[in-house]
Amino acid sequence: MDSILVLAHTEADGTLGKPALEALSAAVALGGELTLGLVGCTVAQASLPALPSVRVLAVTGEPFANPRYATDAAAAEALCRASGASLILAPGTSRWARVLPGVAYRLGGRADTHATGLALHDGAPAITRWFYRQRIEAVLTRAERPWIVLPDAGCFAPWTGATGAAHIESVPVDPPSTRTTWERIEAPAADRQTIRPDAKLLFVAGAGWTKKQADGAVHAADAAALIHNFLERSQASLGGSKSLVDLSGEGEAVLPFMTHMNQIGQTGATPRHPKGLSTCCHGEEPHVVGWRFIAQRRAVNLDPNCGWARGKADVLYIADAFAVLRELNRLLA
Amino acid sequence: MPTPLHIVVCGGIVPDPLQTLEPAAPNAAFPAQPSLKNEMMLPAVLDPWAAHALFEAAHLSAQVPGSKVWLVSLGPKAKLQQVMMTIAQKAPFELVAIDGPASGFTDAFAAAAALAATIEQIPGLDRGRLLLFGGWESASRGAGSTLQMVGERLGITEQFQGVDRIAARAEGAGFEIMERIEGGRHQVSLLSSPPAVLGWATGYLPEPRNNPQVGMANMRTIMPALQRAKAAAMNGAGPSFASVRLPAVERQTRIVKDMPPEEIAREIVAWMGEE
Ligand SMILES: Cc1cc2nc3c(=O)[nH]c(=O)nc-3n(C[C@H](O)[C@H](O)[C@H](O)COP(=O)(O)OP(=O)(O)OC[C@H]3O[C@@H](n4cnc5c(N)ncnc54)[C@H](O)[C@@H]3O)c2cc1C
Repeated sequence: MDSILVLAHTEADGTLGKPALEALSAAVALGGELTLGLVGCTVAQASLPALPSVRVLAVTGEPFANPRYATDAAAAEALCRASGASLILAPGTSRWARVLPGVAYRLGGRADTHATGLALHDGAPAITRWFYRQRIEAVLTRAERPWIVLPDAGCFAPWTGATGAAHIESVPVDPPSTRTTWERIEAPAADRQTIRPDAKLLFVAGAGWTKKQADGAVHAADAAALIHNFLERSQASLGGSKSLVDLSGEGEAVLPFMTHMNQIGQTGATPRHPKGLSTCCHGEEPHVVGWRFIAQRRAVNLDPNCGWARGKADVLYIADAFAVLRELNRLLA
Repeated sequence: MPTPLHIVVCGGIVPDPLQTLEPAAPNAAFPAQPSLKNEMMLPAVLDPWAAHALFEAAHLSAQVPGSKVWLVSLGPKAKLQQVMMTIAQKAPFELVAIDGPASGFTDAFAAAAALAATIEQIPGLDRGRLLLFGGWESASRGAGSTLQMVGERLGITEQFQGVDRIAARAEGAGFEIMERIEGGRHQVSLLSSPPAVLGWATGYLPEPRNNPQVGMANMRTIMPALQRAKAAAMNGAGPSFASVRLPAVERQTRIVKDMPPEEIAREIVAWMGEE
């Protein structure tokens, strides 16, 4: 049986984030000797899971506060070596996704990112992950160790239980010299902050919002106002089709709060939300592969032959999205 | 004047996203891994995020006189040739081709080994001013692992992923690099000097228009590069696939016609409120 290291980075306040607790619960479910390895400026001992049989190792200090390849890789490598674990579970955050495959190479092991499932298969751990942008799902195992697995956020229920770790062993790491200085986080202004990973609903806008409507005219300003109000009222997360996002990128300020970060699909994001509502979007395959992890799907489109009609949505309303959104905003006011 | 850059873009090829993909049994060349149905018949494109990396490389090298861009691509020779015909018109580069599988089921570890070994041998490449570019994730494996491991093999420990922008600071004061992080935000770091690895997301550049002159200049090096392409030994250990399948059957779509907008809105609001 594999010995497992749950490798996490702490949040700014020294606590563990939700993705870390998800990786922990995946590890506990798998069973086996467990170590918790932490990287960050500080570790809030009282907030850690109280798991008496679990060894807790930590690399801390100012150089490890912010995400940066050289320092994060050194810290992760040291923790993996100190733990001696053969299987390493680490949350698939942007911070860990940037470094852990590189760390696997240093350890002579292998890494798999975007795991959506983890279970024993003939007594050995096996992961589920998608290939070809969410088109083909595979279950795979590996003989090589150590094996670093990064589960995607939202695939496991976060660990819940008593907190207050008994003891933390500090693992000394000399910060490596680096030519990279972490500077800052840039976030869109509050009224343009339309990506909300924890939202219950993903609202997708397609290029139809910018096309000529029944009266022969384009109503881009109306579209922007309707969508903006809907997002305010529903607190949904905003996604866009590539066609709409590209229009915005070409300087046509179609939706001032839409950037390519909002794009869903083949060359965009594949977010995880319980529900999704698509409007004025044709539902072509390169777009819909980004909906793989949206459980319930509804669409509003004028065209009864759009892609959503072909088994891609649960409900397709053949209607004018301008009219529907106006009514939705009235009801949600 | 800023030091000229040597930018190596790692870009694989993938099936055109408009194609339907179906998994198939392993083929004779790679018995340990699944394949795609009619894999060799599927039209291919340059991996989209790697294509953004190439456009960014061309843009950056145009700003720093004396810079040069190489495109290192691992794939079946015949497919590489087909893809190069279209991509050659987009940006100036020198192709370095490696003959091998472009499959998403090959191991990133093996792909990285083949890429790093090839990059080490590029004549005239100055690794002190190397920026190693690529897509942050491929459209095949989607792992975001290969570039990191190529970087490690080449001893480069300044690495960035999900990059949307690189900007040279005035007077050679390094580069500002913007990486995507959670929640639609970016992290900004300062890189004082190369070498570094940058895995690109979409960036902010539109796809360049076709330029036949660039295409002609590129073709002079592309054909010899394809002829020179060495076969990569990629049949080492990799994952064992317990199952490979298409997602479960499609949904039964309820198509609602002739319902007034108020009623549709009421139905949607009720649905939004359901747990
Ligand atoms: C390499 C590659 C990668 C790609 N990656 C992506 C990707 O990541 N994401 C992505 O989205 N696409 C991607 N695509 C593009 C994709 O194939 C489609 O072209 C794109 O999704 C179409 O966007 P759309 O549906 O918004 O626009 P359109 O196809 O223009 O559809 C507009 C829709 O709006 C409807 N409409 C118009 N007015 C109204 C109204 N008043 N009420 C209701 N409906 C209305 C129309 O009926 C139509 O269905 C990719 C393509 C390629 C080749």
